[in-house]
Amino acid sequence: MTPPPLPPTDPVFGKLSLAALPLHEPILIFTFLGVAVGGLVVLGLITRYRLWGYLWKDWFTTVDHKRIGIMYMILGLIMFLRGFADAIMMRLQQAMAFGGSEGYLPAHHYDQVFTAHGVIMIFFVAMPFITGLMNYIVPLQIGARDVSFPFLNNFSFWMTAAGAALTMVSLFVGEYAQTGWLAYPPLSGIAYSPNVGVDYYIWGLQIAGVGTTLSGINLIVTILKLRAPGMGLMKMPVFTWTSLCSNILIVASFPILTATLALLSLDRYAGTNFFTNDLGGSPMMYVNLIWIWGHPEVYILILPLFGVFSEVTSTFSGKKLFGYTSMVYATVCITILSYLVWLHHFFTMGSGASVNSFFGITTMVISIPTGAKLFNWLFTMYRGRIRFELPMMWTIAFMLTFVVGGMTGVLLAVPPADFVLHNSLFLIAHFHNVIIGGVLFGLFAAINYWWPKAFGFKLNVFWGKVSFWCWVVGFWLAFMPLYILGLMGVTRRMRVFDDPGLQIWFVIAAIGAGVIACGIAAMLIQFGVSIWKRKELADDSGDPWHGRTLEWATSSPPPDYNFAFTPVIHNLDAWHDMKTRGHERPVGGFRDIHMPSNTGTGIILAGFCLAMGFALVWHIWWLVIASFAATIAYAIFHTFNYKRDFDIPAATVAAVEEARTRQLAAGA
Amino acid sequence: MPSNLPRFFARILRFSPLAALPLLSGCGLVVIDPAGDIARQQGNLIVISTVLMLLIIVPVMALTIFFAWRYRANNKEATYKPDWDHSTQLELVIWSAPLLIIICLGALTWVATHLLDPYRPLATTPEQVVAADAKPLDVNVVALDWKWLFIYPEQGVATVNELALPVNRPVRFRISASSVMNSFYIPALAGQIYAMPGMETKLHGIFDKTGEYEGFSANYSGAGFSHMRFAVKSLPAADFDKWVADAKASTDGGLDRATYLKLEVPSEKEPVRHFATVDPQLFDAVVNMCVEPGKMCMHDMMAIDARGGAGIAGIQNVRSVAYDKFAARGTGNLAGWSVRYVAALCSQQMKSADRPDARPVNPAPLKGEGLSRPGEAERTALNASTPRPMS
Repeated sequence: MTPPPLPPTDPVFGKLSLAALPLHEPILIFTFLGVAVGGLVVLGLITRYRLWGYLWKDWFTTVDHKRIGIMYMILGLIMFLRGFADAIMMRLQQAMAFGGSEGYLPAHHYDQVFTAHGVIMIFFVAMPFITGLMNYIVPLQIGARDVSFPFLNNFSFWMTAAGAALTMVSLFVGEYAQTGWLAYPPLSGIAYSPNVGVDYYIWGLQIAGVGTTLSGINLIVTILKLRAPGMGLMKMPVFTWTSLCSNILIVASFPILTATLALLSLDRYAGTNFFTNDLGGSPMMYVNLIWIWGHPEVYILILPLFGVFSEVTSTFSGKKLFGYTSMVYATVCITILSYLVWLHHFFTMGSGASVNSFFGITTMVISIPTGAKLFNWLFTMYRGRIRFELPMMWTIAFMLTFVVGGMTGVLLAVPPADFVLHNSLFLIAHFHNVIIGGVLFGLFAAINYWWPKAFGFKLNVFWGKVSFWCWVVGFWLAFMPLYILGLMGVTRRMRVFDDPGLQIWFVIAAIGAGVIACGIAAMLIQFGVSIWKRKELADDSGDPWHGRTLEWATSSPPPDYNFAFTPVIHNLDAWHDMKTRGHERPVGGFRDIHMPSNTGTGIILAGFCLAMGFALVWHIWWLVIASFAATIAYAIFHTFNYKRDFDIPAATVAAVEEARTRQLAAGA
Repeated sequence: MPSNLPRFFARILRFSPLAALPLLSGCGLVVIDPAGDIARQQGNLIVISTVLMLLIIVPVMALTIFFAWRYRANNKEATYKPDWDHSTQLELVIWSAPLLIIICLGALTWVATHLLDPYRPLATTPEQVVAADAKPLDVNVVALDWKWLFIYPEQGVATVNELALPVNRPVRFRISASSVMNSFYIPALAGQIYAMPGMETKLHGIFDKTGEYEGFSANYSGAGFSHMRFAVKSLPAADFDKWVADAKASTDGGLDRATYLKLEVPSEKEPVRHFATVDPQLFDAVVNMCVEPGKMCMHDMMAIDARGGAGIAGIQNVRSVAYDKFAARGTGNLAGWSVRYVAALCSQQMKSADRPDARPVNPAPLKGEGLSRPGEAERTALNASTPRPMS
């Protein structure tokens, strides 16, 4: 049989037409109106207060790792609100759709919602958050002035943002994938998903993936090459160690994702048969490949947060970290082992018992170094003087929550148990238990811990505690019912249910999600109140928590050049060591500091890539060619830009440091 | 008796507060308390593993709370040792305690995974010994968009969205799908296994209680996925025979290839249907994706490939098998199928067999019967002399 002719595509607009606008979906129309009005207000305010120049010069084109770090965090926060809106929609649908009720979401919409929720939360929330955190903190912790490749850093951020933007565009132009967050073929193939949803998925991830991979390379080089003199690998702060391992995982695993998605797009665009049912294609190969990336991805997310917990526990217990060496080895073990477990995501695909047991046991083995880490935090608290500031509260909540998630994870690694729990709500509860209880709680600890460093004032404690309790209580309310439902044999991604006996559990889960929503609101209020009352919350010392690592040695926020003189490291916990040895801040003898210049190339290239992604989704071939050519041409043009650096004159450095001296004297 | 330990734990848990949870809603935790022996073993394994891990989880949680309280900053009586950061003895304990748990759990995993391998035929149940040569009931399962087709080759009947099984008789499922991936799961009977187009997976199970249960797809497969559920009846032998007789007397007609191709077209909430007859080659044709008249079967295509691809003639073959590439769900235009292909080269019989090591075993109560002993080569699919076909 000859293939039927493809539907005619317009030479100018490709597959894009007015029909692509979801005018029949009232929810989307109202969302669009909200976004449009909100966006216009923001743009209007920026214009009114003439902030465009400031934003462009000081933020969009910046190569300063601190500002890029903050932009990553803002991107993560915005996308988090989108991903959470999806979560609330799912919880409402599942709480309503019983006894013949279809709920309020048709399958076409609901299936996009759960796909988008997963993709956004992993790629555009968790990844920007941890990348932003590492960007901000790592150079400060190792006594560097910036990352190794500052322009690349800016470009990486904008590529991630472009991927996020393309994903958001799908909300109002066309549709998103209805495949689940890993887009298994054959469902995601052209035969069963003929519309643009999967294409949005592919190009959003491919564009963001460029940014993630490059930023991984950047941070590895930074950590290996830019450490202050005296900081051997075994004198690196634990957060830097975990960041190093996380970035090694990024660089080693993201190319697999890129290649896998490239093969899928060849299937969809060029008629190849890598993952089709017929002609020798193997969807099982896709499942293997995507999880060879996907499992390390989990550790990419959690490892930096393990570092955060180590820093926080040690600081707020007023004690050295217990078992630094074993902590480092545990991290390295996890890094290596994370590559040997991918098959546990599909024991039920029919591998032999020996293969399944191998992957089950390697998975369990990971819990040994993870358990060792937990004990290390425990014995760091032992005989300490624990101050229950917000970061420490989040850490304790993490320890109590994460062990439960770890336990259910090991349970799922027992293949015969997985045969009955796979794809069930038990699984959903498990990975939310480790991602919320581990990654998110860790991020909240980190935000509360390092906010004073980034902005020069602490966060409001009252609203922080409100947020903390809402999150912890809401989490247990939302996910314990899911564990129970999983044991009742309820599977994931269901839109409607028959058994009315289940409804009560979904209602409890929906209430839990509502409590979490309060926690998010309290956190936004906390940020707002803290900014409003920043004078009262100000920290002049630069070291509000009696920190132990080098980032606390600078002012808050740190000057553009981070350190006027590169510190010399003698010991682990460098700043604590400097304080106990009576370190004197240098106040003279400053020299010119060589710094990289800002450039708009990153945002311009990412803009071209965004246009190319959109054109590829809609088969607008002229725009694909034009934007691809523009990307290459502009990248070449950029290589002729020789004004890439400048010197901060010694006089300016002296003035900044003099102001700092006065600030310290006033605070004392 | 170590072999009684797992059941002992399982019993403890049934009377523990966790087991009381379902009473709140009137629903059962079917995964922990199912109606089939395999699912029961799997449920027990969940309980045993959980208990094993709680041995370390509970002390850790208790210590966390205790240390947090004991060493709070304003408790000046507690010892404060700011520079204490190493203890070899403690390090040994914190690495070896999880290690010991994992060694136990790992051993349990290895044994249980082999015993409860879904491809392994069953020999006995705790209540009733099944004769070594007892023939299991064969059921062929096809996941369609979005309903389930069950073919009973022995009885020569087929059903849509209803599965009846005789109690206390082992069942052997051969499972495939028509378009996308699904997962065949009856929580009360046994664990799930993927149903994949062009592939055949297997599952063995046995009911030891009669009753009405539910089965469904546990892998998202598109818009109609939520309604992809079917009724499962566990019947006494006599009732099962009567059910078969009723099916044979059904007025829904027979299931031939044309009927199958119509059935394959996507639909939701499909009512239960019984087919009085069924094309005996249909399931093999489904697995080989050649239900359409004139379409080359995958096993033929693979045989041609294995002999070098048949040159130019082979290209013609490939042109005529664009099955799921453009036609999507439901193959639609039957007249469009070319009937030309090189069939004479080598038409192989399709093989479907259990794993080469699949001799019947007694999985209960996880004692290891049926596993090879030390010194005796482990016979697995990996080192078997004959390749496993199709799955």
